[in-house]
Amino acid sequence: MDRAAVDTKIRSLIEPFNKKGVTIEDSTTFANDLEFDSLTVMDFVAAIEDEFDIIISMNQQAEIENYGLLVDAVVKLQDDA
Amino acid sequence: MSEGISQPDQPQSVGNAGHDANADLFSKFDPLIQQREQLLAAGIEDPFSLVMEKVISPTRAVCNGRDTILLGTYNYMGMTFDPDVVEAGKKALSDFGTGTTGSRVLNGTYQGHKECEDALKEFYGMDHAMVFSTGYQANLGIISTIAGKGDYVVLDIDSHASIWDGCAMGKAEIVPFKHNDIEAMEKRLKRIPEGAGKLVVLEGVYSMLGDVAPLKEMVRVAKENGAMVLVDEAHSMGFIGENGRGVAEEQGVMDDVDFVIGTFSKSVGTVGGFCVSNHPKFEIMRLVCRPYVFTASLPPSVVATAAVSIRKLMHAADKRAHLWENSRTLHGGLKALGFELGTETPQSAIIAVIMPDLERGAMMWEALLKEGLYVNLARPPATPANMTLLRCSLCAEHSEEEVQTILGMFERAGKTVGII
Repeated sequence: MDRAAVDTKIRSLIEPFNKKGVTIEDSTTFANDLEFDSLTVMDFVAAIEDEFDIIISMNQQAEIENYGLLVDAVVKLQDDA
Repeated sequence: MSEGISQPDQPQSVGNAGHDANADLFSKFDPLIQQREQLLAAGIEDPFSLVMEKVISPTRAVCNGRDTILLGTYNYMGMTFDPDVVEAGKKALSDFGTGTTGSRVLNGTYQGHKECEDALKEFYGMDHAMVFSTGYQANLGIISTIAGKGDYVVLDIDSHASIWDGCAMGKAEIVPFKHNDIEAMEKRLKRIPEGAGKLVVLEGVYSMLGDVAPLKEMVRVAKENGAMVLVDEAHSMGFIGENGRGVAEEQGVMDDVDFVIGTFSKSVGTVGGFCVSNHPKFEIMRLVCRPYVFTASLPPSVVATAAVSIRKLMHAADKRAHLWENSRTLHGGLKALGFELGTETPQSAIIAVIMPDLERGAMMWEALLKEGLYVNLARPPATPANMTLLRCSLCAEHSEEEVQTILGMFERAGKTVGII
């Protein structure tokens, strides 16, 4: 899956968690813009992991502050798998 | 999960206060300070500044000037005033002094520490036992030491702070899964790269809701996927399982658990932590586990009381039966009164009463205290799904009548606050 396809997929996965309907850009942050708490983060990460059959460890999550970095990380993890 | 008053068990990063050259490092705590002031301004007794002026028994104390039934102490087996246990402590205090003033690996291992580890080996039927200065340090030390760089720790999202901190201190990749979700755990195990070391960390009883883990299935799945298994049995030791070894014993998977972590500060009735294991190389932990090495060992009186208490717990079947009776009576009674509980059925000695919100939870907590009952108030963000809970932990020394008295107090307080 190329970056555009991964982006489209993650956009659909994020929808049920984006309760306030925030416009998603690469610079959108999970903690501040989307106001995800730790439980939401876990559920959202699990949804992505299951969709792409990858692991995003908490160590990796710590580096992923915004949406663009998430898409990049998933593209890379998918290639490594 | 457990004792976090104002913070979740899973560590969070705290926002910084900007880049003012003279910034007060305490500015980051301002929101919490304000929230606390608001709660206290409402006239509610501070739930987190309770002082016990006098402790009469494992189930009774004088708290803030009131005679109080204790229902939130984790003193499950009521060993704190056991005459044999108290006597052993006094004798060790006279014979060996007040403290060891040293690390276990230097001058801090006395006869009592060895006897305490022998008692643990016998209690669990395991080859090795290692006593730490607290239960927190046992998890911190074992997890951070055995799971190194490139290894994976797969753990339940509702894990206790000591487990999370052990993960944070180590260098392994940390992979949490949804609470008690066998399938979510299995999927994550299967995705771990081939050849990487795997440690699955579970708890027997989760202390927030008092629910039990499906260890039988989880341990099987972990083993099928080549993982080592660590189970924290802090809230089940002495009570659950035929010999009080915990949920792993109850569910028949003791032989497949590589490491059991436990504490002396609950059923054993003092303070300290431990890890027991059959791993043939386990003893090397004493040299490489930093939270074991770089701290003073437990005082002689503490290990002496622990050793006697552990040995008495081996033969405490009658107390276990009575504690189960108490748990069933309280659970059934609270349910009949119309309270919402953390578990459908009584699964442990913890019964969590779910409050509609923090405000009414704090009011209910205070109403109970005025009735003469102490329970734990647990509130977001330390709780699962941001619930406010009144957590009750029963003791084998609570009499049948006391449990009925407790139910009466809950009924009156619940009606006053308007929860039932």
